Amino acid sequence: MASTPHVVVIGGGSTGIGIARDLAMRDLDVTLVEQGNLTHGTTGRMHGLLHSGGRYAVSDQASAKECIQENRVLRDIASHCVEMTGGMFVKRPEDSEEYFQKKLDGCRECDIPAEVISGEEARKREPHLAKDIDKAIAVPDGAIDPFRLVVANAASAEQHGARIETHSPVTDLLIEDGEVVGVEVEHKSGPGIRVHGTEGGTEEIRADYVVNASGAWAGQIGDMADVDIEVRPSKGVMTIMNIRQVDTVINRCRPKGDADIVVPHETTAILGTTDEEVEDPEDYPEEQWEVDLMIDTLKELVPMLDEARTIRSFWGVRPLYEPPDVGSEDPTDITRDFFLLDHEERDDLPGMTSIVGGKFTTYRLMAEKISDHVCEQFGIERECRTADEPLPGSEDFSVLRDYMEEFGLRSPVGRRSVERLGSRADEVLTTDDPNPVICECEGVTRAEVQDAIEQSGSDLNAVRIRTRASMGNCQGGMCVHRLASELHEANVDGETFDETVAREAWDELLQERWKGQRHALWGQQLSQAMLNYALHATTQNRDNDPADGEPIDFAAFDAGADASGEPGGADVAADGGERDGY
Amino acid sequence: MAIESDVLVIGGGLAGLSSAISAAREGADVRLVTYKQSTLRQASGLIDVLGYTPDGEGPLTDPYSAIPELPDEHPYRLLGEDTVREAMSMFDEVVDTYRGGHTDTNALLPTYGGTVKPTARYPDGAAAGLASDDRDLLLVGFEAMPDFDAPHVAAHLEAAGVPFDVRGETIQFPGDLQDDAKVTRYAKLLEKNGPVEVRGRERGARDALVERLNPLIEDEKRVGLPAVLGDADAAGVRAALEAELGVEVFEVPATPPSLPGVRLEDRLFEAFDEAGGNFESGNPVVSFDGQNRVETVYVDKQSARIPYSADQFVLATGGLVGKGVESDREHVYEPIFDCHVEHSEDRYDWFDEAVFGDHPFAGFGVDPDTELRPLDSGGSPEFENLRAAGSVLGGHDFAAEKSGSGVSIATGYHAGRLAAQEAQ
Repeated sequence: MASTPHVVVIGGGSTGIGIARDLAMRDLDVTLVEQGNLTHGTTGRMHGLLHSGGRYAVSDQASAKECIQENRVLRDIASHCVEMTGGMFVKRPEDSEEYFQKKLDGCRECDIPAEVISGEEARKREPHLAKDIDKAIAVPDGAIDPFRLVVANAASAEQHGARIETHSPVTDLLIEDGEVVGVEVEHKSGPGIRVHGTEGGTEEIRADYVVNASGAWAGQIGDMADVDIEVRPSKGVMTIMNIRQVDTVINRCRPKGDADIVVPHETTAILGTTDEEVEDPEDYPEEQWEVDLMIDTLKELVPMLDEARTIRSFWGVRPLYEPPDVGSEDPTDITRDFFLLDHEERDDLPGMTSIVGGKFTTYRLMAEKISDHVCEQFGIERECRTADEPLPGSEDFSVLRDYMEEFGLRSPVGRRSVERLGSRADEVLTTDDPNPVICECEGVTRAEVQDAIEQSGSDLNAVRIRTRASMGNCQGGMCVHRLASELHEANVDGETFDETVAREAWDELLQERWKGQRHALWGQQLSQAMLNYALHATTQNRDNDPADGEPIDFAAFDAGADASGEPGGADVAADGGERDGY
Repeated sequence: MAIESDVLVIGGGLAGLSSAISAAREGADVRLVTYKQSTLRQASGLIDVLGYTPDGEGPLTDPYSAIPELPDEHPYRLLGEDTVREAMSMFDEVVDTYRGGHTDTNALLPTYGGTVKPTARYPDGAAAGLASDDRDLLLVGFEAMPDFDAPHVAAHLEAAGVPFDVRGETIQFPGDLQDDAKVTRYAKLLEKNGPVEVRGRERGARDALVERLNPLIEDEKRVGLPAVLGDADAAGVRAALEAELGVEVFEVPATPPSLPGVRLEDRLFEAFDEAGGNFESGNPVVSFDGQNRVETVYVDKQSARIPYSADQFVLATGGLVGKGVESDREHVYEPIFDCHVEHSEDRYDWFDEAVFGDHPFAGFGVDPDTELRPLDSGGSPEFENLRAAGSVLGGHDFAAEKSGSGVSIATGYHAGRLAAQEAQ
């Protein structure tokens, strides 16, 4: 066996990327493959809650303890991805006193700082809470940007030599003599740096070990080796509000239920969620009742949500797993713990381990345990350093600086850019060229967009998750064409993107932004949707783009009236028609 | 006591102004009340009549000949082709800064999205940009103005198969303007040839721009710039640039806030003023009195309710964008008179899955009779003396058809004329 084992990690969500970083930092040779963008699956479709552990303090104390531990670690190593908003478990008059007490005891048993505050005090902290909230338990919940976190992990992994391949779905597992020896991936076609190997072709990546961290898709990977991995995908809806009605995380203090959390996230607040088992992680119904349930239930905690503007809704699937023979009926009963399935022990298939279950807040800890397991396979003992070394962007970073002076940006734009970029702010924002705002809703400037294109190539959706461009009130109505132009103007290591590439990326982003917005089409957001439609269809004529359609007989159209008397008018081609309007 | 007039028009966009002008030209005493800035600031300033049929056929060369084939409920069908033509003639008479009236044939104009779109009337300032004109074209954008990326627009136009060569160049606008300077700042500087600092020397902005444009021009006889060439005196700015550059200069219709839209709005308000009308802006109409007839509407002024009475009323409050049509999770409604708006009870029927699909919401609005009186759910006029014009009308998807301005002008013209005739 080679001295530097080569490990292939399947899945570019928080777990996979955490494993890739961890193994790369332990000097293993790592390739990560992801079918879509980084965060394409579950990680990109969560409410961004950094758990204090309070949520599990009654039902699952082992998870609760892990959460508070990792909550502290992430504040440290990922400070530019975390906003420590604080959180509250609020009790309505009809919610049980007994459970409130259990929650409080549970928090204390798990070493989660918890303080009981009166309804009055809770409303002082969050003025829009319902007047009849009795009391609350304050806990250190926070908000975390999953995109930024995963991108920072990927950057770190690459710095440690890992190869990250997005848009490369695994089409087969390579199995020789009853052992997994690698994967076959298909590189999706499309020019740009997202293409490696043969464009649109397949590549066999041989490996000493394969880690299947594909979450809700783990079963599909298992099928390729005829091993059974019974992941139970469970969907949940999240509805995004256009402003932050609350600045701390609001949880309802009752045993379990749908629609019991509001998470302030960047400029928005995210309402969540439902929990319903689905067959297929890619294809499940997204329904009106789920959105209505969020608003109608959560307005019991924050009444103004009833009239508030939502900008879109999205659904995610949890990769729930429970060992065979438990047999829970209700997905909310399935543990949030993670499981490491060593296929050699379990299925007599050496060379691969699958990781299933788990939750975002503890992604790093999971990665550590799996990386330990992988190292064990090779008899290597190397220490995990991921809890101590800050992620790129979070090194030596103190947020308060004079952005306006430094980068010539208006103060709110500068502050937001610097918060997003963390310690990379200097590197990205220092430019002699004009740096206009590209996305006004989220305050994203050209320098930040160009930096994102350097990282992610021709995929504007990947630019979006790195910068938040097109994620505000107008949902891209005002900036999608600007982003496409930035792509057209970009030069990434000598590589440029032609008009066709820019147009495809533009269409793709416009449709992606439309997808979630469809669940918010009433009131102001319907008005916004009509404006966007009018701008794109009427003003730009993008719905009848002649570049995508039949050739136009230009000569059949008005060639202009005689414009004599105008400078240069002698050159105007006149059609000899009558002018009766002047 | 109520403020009285023959005709009261609610709404100051293209439809409201067209109906107010048309009613005033009939000799009525007309008053127009408008709330916020009109949606003309969000429009390109091009006047489309009909670019595509509801089936997507197009771009149409002759918008008028397609009218008889439109669905029965389409506003143009209610008016008839002749009325649409008359309305456009009125537009041509009152707005002398537009072209296209010399022919029935649509023009094709380049858009900031890099495509071309069919339109019936276009501002003088856009005329040299016609896509059917086969002279080579140079587009020039400004670095700090990301809405108009000239090289990208040029590449896209080429992909659209335009019959000329087109190049795009990006330059820095002279002077050290902030990166987020407003379009009106550019316009004013160019109009006044205002001072900017270039390499430590103070220069006129327009002169300095000419110096930057000159070396870029090769064999092209026309140059397109973003629509920031002047505010009140756009023609003067263009003439000055053309004289210095020796080529024709045009503006590519813009994103919001759109100066061509604002200039058109200003011109129409002037025309209404010249026709003897009165207008007030800044306050919304919030309620009304009346049963079969609208007697009085109330304007909310700093929480006082001011009554306005009239013999005839025109509702030109806009569609979903202008808030003449509103919605909540269960309903779509017209907020002032609660006129009937047809819609599915299930809001998931209001839209299509594809971003440019066949969206029912695009057709939300009141459905009128041939006199443009909104009809209730039983098909009877809601009020004897209330007519509707512009995007508040249903029955058409102006975005897909490229018919928004034409519908506003034609229904405004018709509603205003009928209201004035009735009032006298």
